[in-house]
Amino acid sequence: MNELLHEVYPVEKGAFETAGEVSGTIKRMLRKLGVPSQVIRRVSVASYEVELNLVIHSLGGQMEITIEPESVTLDVADRGPGIPDLDLAMQEGWSTASDEVRTLGFGAGMGLPNMKRNADEFDIRSQVGVGTNIHMKFFCV
Amino acid sequence: MKATEIQALLNATVLVGPLPEEEILTACGSDMMSDVLAFPKDRMVLLTGLTNPHTVRTAELLDVMMIIFVRGKLPSEEVLNMAEDAGIAVVMTEYTLYDACGRLYAAGLPGGTGRRKP
Repeated sequence: MNELLHEVYPVEKGAFETAGEVSGTIKRMLRKLGVPSQVIRRVSVASYEVELNLVIHSLGGQMEITIEPESVTLDVADRGPGIPDLDLAMQEGWSTASDEVRTLGFGAGMGLPNMKRNADEFDIRSQVGVGTNIHMKFFCV
Repeated sequence: MKATEIQALLNATVLVGPLPEEEILTACGSDMMSDVLAFPKDRMVLLTGLTNPHTVRTAELLDVMMIIFVRGKLPSEEVLNMAEDAGIAVVMTEYTLYDACGRLYAAGLPGGTGRRKP
């Protein structure tokens, strides 16, 4: 493996004030490394969506980014609560977000489908009471 | 469409300048940042009534060229400073979201689908 960069960022539950900062950092790194702008946008959208999901829905977790010459990989893991019905969660418009989250402009039920749409590889595994893992890969060429 | 033309069409006040000089290709109007994230396009302006910091964060991640706050909504100093740091122009119009989008669409600026006024 020819890694250009590998970083792990913790994301805390309910940290609305700072939500998006990890994605902003990732975007600046990608830009610095000369990753094509179309790829940067796809990674930015997916990383922001997943960061928001960690803040809104999880008990906390982490985002791990690996940048290689031909791809960018985002591996995300949380500490629960887990998603009971993944098929339902993947449907556009389905959301369990609170009214408070909606007043912030989020919780339209677009997050997971939007991650899948932007990533070249997308895999989600979830176990109630344990947590959720999402793997996303974006090819640069 | 030029940003100055948009400013004129919406009779908008500049809150953070300078206005971008590059041609603007698309507009997106929504108070839901989740929806904005679902339809990002090149050289886009964002019309919204949502004045919290997430509007600027979303705009920054999507390379939005200009934020247009509708219905006379004034964001906080913190939000304006964030936009300035991110290099994003901000204007404010008294038009509602519906009216502001309608005026830009009628003048030839398409939305995310690329469909233009016939």
